[in-house]
Amino acid sequence: MPKDTGIGASSKRREDVRFLSGKGLYTQDIALAGQTYAVMVRSNVAHGKIKSINTANAAAMPGVLAVFTGEDFKDVGGNPAGWLINSRDGTPMREPKRPVLAHGKVRHVGDAYAAIVAETYNQAKDAAQQLADDTEIEELPAIIDMKAAVANPANRVHDEIPDNLCFDWGWIEDNRAAVDAAFKSAPHVTTLELVNNRLVPNAMEPRASIGEYNPGTGDYKLTTTSQNPHLTRLLVAAFVLGIPENKLTVVAPDVGGGFGSKIYHYGEEALVLAAAKKLGRPVRWIAERSESFLSDAHGRDHVTKIELASTKDGEILAIRTETLANVGAYLSNFSTATPTFLHGTLMAGPYKVPHVYVNVKTVFTNTAPVDAYRGAGRPEATFSIERVVDKMCRELGLDPFEVRRKNLLTPDQFPYTTPVGLVYDTGNYQATLDKAVELGDVAGFEARRAASAAKGKLRGMGLSTWIEACGIAPSHLVGVLGSRVGLFDAATVRVNATGNISVMTGAHSHGQGHETVFAQIVADKLGIDESAVDIVHGDTSKIPFGMGSYGSRSLAVCGSAMNKAVDKIIAKGKKIAAHMLEAAEGDIVFEAGKFSVAGTDKAKTFGEIAFSAYVPHNYPLETLEPGLEETAFYDPANFTYPAGAYICEVEVDPETGKVDIASFTCADDFGNVMNPMIVEGQVHGGVGQGIGQALLENTVYDENGQILTASFMDYAMPRADDVPFYTVDHSCATPCTHNPLGVKGCGEAGAIGSPPAVVNAVIDALHRGGHTHVTHIDMPVSPARVWAAING
Amino acid sequence: MFNFDFVKPSTIADAVAAMAQDGAQALSGGQTLTPTMKQRLASPSVLVSLTGIAEMKGVCLGADGLSIGGATTHATVAAEARAHYPALADLAANIGDPMVRNRGTIGGSVANNDPAACYPSAVLASGAVVVTNKRKIAADDYFQGMFSTALDEGEFITGVTFPVPEKAAYVKFNQPASRFALTGVFVAKYASGVRVAVTGASNNGVFRWTEAEAALSASFSAAAVEGLTVSADDLITDLHGTAAYRANLVKVLTKRAVAGAK
Ligand SMILES: Cc1cc2nc3c(=O)[nH]c(=O)nc-3n(C[C@H](O)[C@H](O)[C@H](O)COP(=O)(O)OP(=O)(O)OC[C@H]3O[C@@H](n4cnc5c(N)ncnc54)[C@H](O)[C@@H]3O)c2cc1C
Repeated sequence: MPKDTGIGASSKRREDVRFLSGKGLYTQDIALAGQTYAVMVRSNVAHGKIKSINTANAAAMPGVLAVFTGEDFKDVGGNPAGWLINSRDGTPMREPKRPVLAHGKVRHVGDAYAAIVAETYNQAKDAAQQLADDTEIEELPAIIDMKAAVANPANRVHDEIPDNLCFDWGWIEDNRAAVDAAFKSAPHVTTLELVNNRLVPNAMEPRASIGEYNPGTGDYKLTTTSQNPHLTRLLVAAFVLGIPENKLTVVAPDVGGGFGSKIYHYGEEALVLAAAKKLGRPVRWIAERSESFLSDAHGRDHVTKIELASTKDGEILAIRTETLANVGAYLSNFSTATPTFLHGTLMAGPYKVPHVYVNVKTVFTNTAPVDAYRGAGRPEATFSIERVVDKMCRELGLDPFEVRRKNLLTPDQFPYTTPVGLVYDTGNYQATLDKAVELGDVAGFEARRAASAAKGKLRGMGLSTWIEACGIAPSHLVGVLGSRVGLFDAATVRVNATGNISVMTGAHSHGQGHETVFAQIVADKLGIDESAVDIVHGDTSKIPFGMGSYGSRSLAVCGSAMNKAVDKIIAKGKKIAAHMLEAAEGDIVFEAGKFSVAGTDKAKTFGEIAFSAYVPHNYPLETLEPGLEETAFYDPANFTYPAGAYICEVEVDPETGKVDIASFTCADDFGNVMNPMIVEGQVHGGVGQGIGQALLENTVYDENGQILTASFMDYAMPRADDVPFYTVDHSCATPCTHNPLGVKGCGEAGAIGSPPAVVNAVIDALHRGGHTHVTHIDMPVSPARVWAAING
Repeated sequence: MFNFDFVKPSTIADAVAAMAQDGAQALSGGQTLTPTMKQRLASPSVLVSLTGIAEMKGVCLGADGLSIGGATTHATVAAEARAHYPALADLAANIGDPMVRNRGTIGGSVANNDPAACYPSAVLASGAVVVTNKRKIAADDYFQGMFSTALDEGEFITGVTFPVPEKAAYVKFNQPASRFALTGVFVAKYASGVRVAVTGASNNGVFRWTEAEAALSASFSAAAVEGLTVSADDLITDLHGTAAYRANLVKVLTKRAVAGAK
């Protein structure tokens, strides 16, 4: 029976009422007395030496209050990389300083080298144009192609880094010899070279930041589009500007999507704070959409060669990959973790593979920084594995479903230690595969194919069995692996005197629906009405220090902290009840919102207990503090491992190359599900983004480093009619074994599992249509590429 | 965006006077012009809005064909041309999104002559007459290459008159991002012969595929163009498709237009 409230109910998203009725409060909606406007001056060349910047004309223009250049920030700390990676030879990665404003050199189109603050936006724009005209930049050869960047050490993005390499990482280096030996003796080797296309995150709300400074107290406030206000505070305060953390409040109000791009600290945030202090007035910077294309951290951008060793009947023996990963011009905060520990560690997939070796060379280029984007490293791993497994099946004439069944881990093998350093706690990959086969009506495919053929269309079916590591992350483990931060989270549950509840979470909701789901959990556990619980997030002056939302962590990590805090509330409530009911604490049971003495009808309601905590007239003051508020921090013991099976069917128009998604079936194991409707929505959105990557989206720089896809005129976002009605199931659940809610996380799954299913389906369609020479098409599988492949 | 003055005349005569001012530019739906101004790529000193001129709006069937006022929106054409010229209504109904269709106008589109726009193919394939405040211009003389037309400085389109064909169809293949025509083909069959106009494909803007016209005038069937080849010379190569791909599309879409003509 579906529940209609509490854990497991599809409660409607309460936040949508304000979002859909125009009552959300986004950074741009905040108007402050005396506010001023910042406009960034951005490089229009990919690589150049700043010869001179003459600020005099711009500074003298009407309304201009201040002009900043890289010179103003040359002595403050750089924006750091959050994860130290060591190269195979043991040397640490190269970490060039990432300045607030470019200094000395500009390194990508859109690199901000100056900023104007003026009374009005248009005045700032005018002066920015003037400043650009008064700047002399000597253009240097652009370093765009990764292979050329590594091969051609004379051209350097950073003068001190000779080969444009950030690091050359091997995972696991000690396994390499065994992997090579497995390949030598393998009966069959499948090789595939592929590109994981660069994506622009394109959150609906572009980045925006407002800086304030109170000269009376010396306090700063930054209102910004962030997924993690405490992390941003730590970065901008401690690392970049040197402001004491207790003097800076960071507020991330309603934020219109992030997909990773708003995890990171960006120079504009430091700029508005420094400018606010200088001017003693609020300074606002709101990105234009074109600035998002130029300066948000992009996603993916890997070039990979993957090899798979197998027996002739499809048993996987070993996997070996070589990847070039683009980090762009500077290291964004998690850019070094994404292609390594979020990618290489997943390279065994859901399979029993005895031998795996991953090599990643991370390369600086004159392009926008690249960092985690929905899925982050795991989509790249999944795409490589699932495409090469598919290719192996074709080469050996094997059924892709059977080959998966043969290689998938079985339920009795958990916990399972992979050859790439993870321990999968639980799963049932056969169950999700069987479910997908059933829901996707694989048996009926042939009839559908014939119907498509009658219309002149080629129909194909593609499978992907995927796994991810999320619920990021166990601090003890990531610390060993190079993370410079902990990845716990925190929540405070504040029961008010009248019994309603405010929950302050370290997780930040920018579309996910925390305000609904978190309230469901707390209400369910306390036996009260959902409407009596409010979730407060996004303000460092209100919430405990948490690490924010990304990596499908909010529920698994912050939800677990919240769960722990609620347990503390219940424990304290029992003590209060024992006193009030004159019973032993051990005899108090809490059930359905009531504290009662076991086996009697003596009871106090939750509300009565709360009231007495705040009006402690009859209260055990000798043994208990008044008040009913608890904070808990939670650091997970392991990653969580959501997994599933996706089946995509496509119809290809052989005359035009156009691919239409005919159906898409998802059977996911997310562990326990708190709100099925929201989970399904997350899968819809994730698969939509995966279909976008597979068929439509691409970021293209020309050889001069000009970005050719800098607007929606050329960057193809998926639209409603590009995606099908999804079939989504999450009934094959194996609860996570190490967090109290048994949850695994569902935010990234769709984007991770779907691209290979789509591409496998297209290749299948072409093969069934007789175009058997086509072994791979790089994403996006656009009509023009499909047509060229057919006719190639 | 830079500052500008704004006038909204209610007659063609007043519009002519307004357009005579220094730095004046016509504004219709603003679906092309406003984004350009926002990017500071255009900076007219006076915007002359043409959408308040009653005599430039509406769809009307007359002796010369279907006359559409220059300031008529795509949405109005989609609704009101349907009974008279369904292929034209279909074309209008598939431009952009509802916002674009409720603001954008036929005059603005035909004046702009974007190489990937839809309307130019209908105008050319129909042998339509572009009517301006000064004269009437035959379609064959009007389009002069990408973003280039026979319009003089200050001249504006007051309407377009389309001879109504026996049968016609427009088949558009979307550019995946913008959903303008990666290539679009308009086929119109008249008693006097068939005209085929192609948009989105050529470096020279909209053009007539005369070989197909001859073949289809002889036999109006998809099979009639089967044996023809489209030269990729002078066709566009960009991120979304090569010249060879577009050449293929020209033929494929022409066949589909013939098959679907009504
Ligand atoms: C999101 C989006 C999607 C679109 N998709 C398509 C599509 O699929 N197919 C397509 O064909 N178009 C598409 N368009 C363009 C759309 O059709 C525009 O409406 C059209 O290009 C311009 O018409 P307008 O009335 O908006 O002109 P404006 O933007 O007002 O003006 C355009 C230009 O024409 C001049 N002008 C305007 N009216 C006249 C006139 N009567 N006489 C002389 N000059 C004039 C202006 O000075 C300006 O230079 C799209 C636009 C957008 C924003």
